[in-house]
Amino acid sequence: MATTEEIRSDLADIVNEVAGVDTDEVQLDKAFVDDLDVDSLSMVEVVVACEEKFGVSIPDDQVKNLRTVGDAVAFIERAAA
Amino acid sequence: MSLATTPVDTHARILGIGSYRGSLIVPNADIIAAIDSSDEWIQQRSGIRERRFADEHESVQFMSVEASKVAIQRAGITAAEIDCVVVATVSHLLQTPAIATAIAHELGTDKAAAFDISAACAGFCHGVALANDMVRAGSATNVLVIGVERLSEITDPGDRGTAFIFADGAGAAVVGRSETNGISPVVWGSDGEYFDYIRQREDWRDVVGTPEEPGSGVMPFLTMQGSSVFRWASFAMAKIANETLERAGITADELDVFVPHQANMRIIDAMARSMKLPPHVRIARDIAEQGNTSAASVPLALDRMMVEGEARSGDKALLIAFGAGLAYAAQVVVVP
Repeated sequence: MATTEEIRSDLADIVNEVAGVDTDEVQLDKAFVDDLDVDSLSMVEVVVACEEKFGVSIPDDQVKNLRTVGDAVAFIERAAA
Repeated sequence: MSLATTPVDTHARILGIGSYRGSLIVPNADIIAAIDSSDEWIQQRSGIRERRFADEHESVQFMSVEASKVAIQRAGITAAEIDCVVVATVSHLLQTPAIATAIAHELGTDKAAAFDISAACAGFCHGVALANDMVRAGSATNVLVIGVERLSEITDPGDRGTAFIFADGAGAAVVGRSETNGISPVVWGSDGEYFDYIRQREDWRDVVGTPEEPGSGVMPFLTMQGSSVFRWASFAMAKIANETLERAGITADELDVFVPHQANMRIIDAMARSMKLPPHVRIARDIAEQGNTSAASVPLALDRMMVEGEARSGDKALLIAFGAGLAYAAQVVVVP
C-alpha cells in the first residue's frame, strides 16, 4: 500500500505531464482550479491518468468533489484500500 | 437454390476529395456576448479562433453540391458515373425525403441510388465504410459520400457549452474501384448507454405540442455534456484509433496523417498523447479556423491538409469520427 506522500508524488508527476504544473507546487492543500490553474478538461485527463496509475475507478460524478490535491489523494487511498 | 451475385473482384479506394466552407467567417468576438465569455476562454477550452457559418443561401444541398463537384472532378470521373450517393447529416431540417436524392439529381447522376444516414459526427466514416463495402461487393461502382452540416441553425447561441463550437460546411469523397486496397476494414460501434451525452434537446412533438398543451415553439437545439464527452472521446476513442491501425495491418510508425473528427483541439491533443503517436505523424487541426462541423469535419480537415501539402497522394491517413449516439467509426485510407 502506497503512502500518502507516494501517492501525492505520483499525482504531482501526472499533473505536471498533463498541465505543465511544477511538481513542487502540487501539495495537499492546493486547489486544482484556483491554485494550480488546472481547468476542468485537464482535470479529466488527470483523473483518467490516475485511474491507470493507481488502478482505481473515479466516475464522472465524483470528479467535481476532488477540489484539492488532498481530496484526490484521499479518494485514491480510500478507493485502493 | 442459389441466386445470382454481382461478379466483381475489386478493391476500393478514395478517388477524390472536395469540400465547401460556409462563407461567413465568425471570430470568437462575435460569439462571446451571448455566453458571457472571452476570446481567450474559448481558445483555451477549444482551440477555436474563428468558425465558418453558412449564409442564408448556403443550404445543406448547396454546400453538398459544391463540395461534390470538386470531389468528382478530382476523381477524374463525371457525375453520370456516380451510381450511389450517401449523405451523412443531422442538420437537414426537412426530415423526408432524403436530401441525397435532390443532390444526386442536381449533380446530374443517372438515377443513382441515394439515401441519408444519421450517425452524427461519425457519419462520414460510416459512409466511407458503406461505400467501401458497396464497391467491393459490386452494389455500386462509384459512390459519392458526403458529410454536411449547417449546425449554426440548430445551435443555441446562448448555450455556454456549445455556442462557440459548432459550425457549417460540407465535405465529399468519391469511393471507387482500385487495383490495390486503399480503405482498411472499419472499426465501428456505439455506446448507447451514453445516448443523452449529445442530443437534440427535445423531439418535434415537444416543439409542436397539442391544442391543450402548446409546445415550446423553439428550435430543438443541440445539447452536450462536455466533460463526459471529453473523457469518452479522448481516451476510449484513442483505443479505437490504435485498434484501427492494427486492423489495417500497419504500425503508428507507418502512419503519415491523423485526421480525427474536429470536435475540440483539446480532444485532438489528448487523443494524440493517449495514442502515443510518433512525432512524424501530421495531425489535422482544421478546427481552429473552421469550428466543429460534425459529419463534415473529417473530409474538410483532410482536404485542407491535401491543399496545404501536409497530406500527399499515397500517404496513409487514419480517419476517426465519433459523436452523438454515442457512435464511432474509423478506418485507414490511402490519400488520393
